[in-house]
Amino acid sequence: MVTAERRKPNLIHRGIPHQPGTPILDVSRVSVRYNGRYALEDVSFQLSSGDRVAVVGPNGAGKSTLFKVIAGVLEPNSGTVQVYGGGPGAHICIAYVPQRTQVDWDFPVSVADVVMMGRIGKIGLFGWPKTKDWDFVRQSLQVVGLADLVHRQISELSGGQQQRMFIARALVQEAELMLMDEPLTGLDLTSQEIIFQSLEELGKRGVTVLVAMHDLKSAAEQFDLAMLLNRRLLGFGKPEEIFTPEHLVEAYGDHLHIVHTGEQILALSDTCCDKGDQPALKGVKG
Amino acid sequence: MSLFSDLILAPLNYPFMVRGLLAAIMVGIVCATVGTYIVLRGMAFFGDALAHAILPGIAVGYLASGGVREPIFWWGLLTAILTSLGIGAISRATKIKEDTAIGIIFAGMFALGIALISTVRSYTVDLTHFLFGDVLGVSTGDLLLTGIFASLVILTVLLFYKEFLVLSFDPVLAATLRLPDRFFEYLLLVLVAVTIVVSLQTVGVALMVAMLVTPAATAFLLTRRLPVMMALAALIGSGSGILGLYLSYYLNLASGAAIVLTCTGVFLLVWLGRTLKSIIQDRGLHPLLSD
Repeated sequence: MVTAERRKPNLIHRGIPHQPGTPILDVSRVSVRYNGRYALEDVSFQLSSGDRVAVVGPNGAGKSTLFKVIAGVLEPNSGTVQVYGGGPGAHICIAYVPQRTQVDWDFPVSVADVVMMGRIGKIGLFGWPKTKDWDFVRQSLQVVGLADLVHRQISELSGGQQQRMFIARALVQEAELMLMDEPLTGLDLTSQEIIFQSLEELGKRGVTVLVAMHDLKSAAEQFDLAMLLNRRLLGFGKPEEIFTPEHLVEAYGDHLHIVHTGEQILALSDTCCDKGDQPALKGVKG
Repeated sequence: MSLFSDLILAPLNYPFMVRGLLAAIMVGIVCATVGTYIVLRGMAFFGDALAHAILPGIAVGYLASGGVREPIFWWGLLTAILTSLGIGAISRATKIKEDTAIGIIFAGMFALGIALISTVRSYTVDLTHFLFGDVLGVSTGDLLLTGIFASLVILTVLLFYKEFLVLSFDPVLAATLRLPDRFFEYLLLVLVAVTIVVSLQTVGVALMVAMLVTPAATAFLLTRRLPVMMALAALIGSGSGILGLYLSYYLNLASGAAIVLTCTGVFLLVWLGRTLKSIIQDRGLHPLLSD
């Protein structure tokens, strides 16, 4: 992924100043191809500061690709991404939280070590973390409710705690745009609830958050804005306006089962399961 | 004087033994420090391949100088750096997977080295030294070079501690923080290359990977903190170097092999200890009490 990255010759990068009056994120006609196949096709949207957006779509819909393009670690084949009026590769205010399977949880680092990593852009090359940096780390862990687990090795955390650790890392990074790749997958409802509370904290600080997810219900309940993605952007707006049967069938195709129950529409997706693990939900179609 | 201290002190009457011990200690420390990243990033095959791939460089130095050590060091260093950068570039620029690219270059270079050395009539003895090390043949000049380059490697690792940490744990974070990640990737490869050349005379090309990964892997089993892992690995590496040399002295074993076997022995002991401990913890009882 990193190979396509735009290189800057200077060694120390502290980010460029933000252009006033420009949206925090302006994605314009972005397309990405892997081996001739579109991973993203002609995606355009704008976000304002403080927006909280659920990015919903089946596996392989290009959610991770979109996030990597926005983070500036993957160069699109065509189209542009602007963060506060500048290319994303020039900013250090973008936090990307990887999918849980992408992280080596046995790596010999503590919770505090991982959170401190977010500070490295501010500390700069050759510098070492100062007392105030460690204070910042502690405060951020307090905000997400992990103050007691500062010195734990990261594999000793539960799934929800792991995600909150990354939210704390975005806080010390002083991120203004946060991209979370499926933070809710595999979490129970209580853990999900705590994550949403931590996201509230980010919202209070004016942080713009994009969360890739599968669960349409949480997306509709917890987010003001939702985005339906399947390589192309099928809908972007208030969840109740874009989660229509037409849009959902377009996004999920055969993998979606629409159930009409009186006034409500139930959409059951089985795409959160791995291939070959197709499911129990088939019979519900009706 | 007691028998025990006699056993320890007697070999120190030989200057070659003292020089060998000093070399083994330095090599143990530098290999463990760099080896920590090799283990954490899964680069063991790269390290093994790179060690083998410098053989033609050594061979050229050896042929050009008629067996003098110092040119061999510089030729080895040049080859190691070029090969490490070459492997990095090939796996980036082609469809070929990285381990395949490494395999191709590694075997080809190794064969070239053997072919070059075999043009000299008395080649088997010298080849053996290159392959398996000759720590007791270390000169004062060798020690000096080893000391200088080992210090440089360790200083670089410490200086860029947080950058190497982020790059190894979360490359995407490194990219979003706009660290010069390509620069650090190549710097790490160069550090591995220098470490291998520094350690060449102690354990040789064929056993090198053991010094790079075994002490670091042992330390990985013992701790969950990176700085502790590095320090423990250095302790295990240099300790095994000392113990291995004494074993080699008293049992008349090949020195490189004795050092590596000691490392392996320590790893097995630690692994066994951890396994037993986790079995005991899983049962929640001391095994002797569980019946």
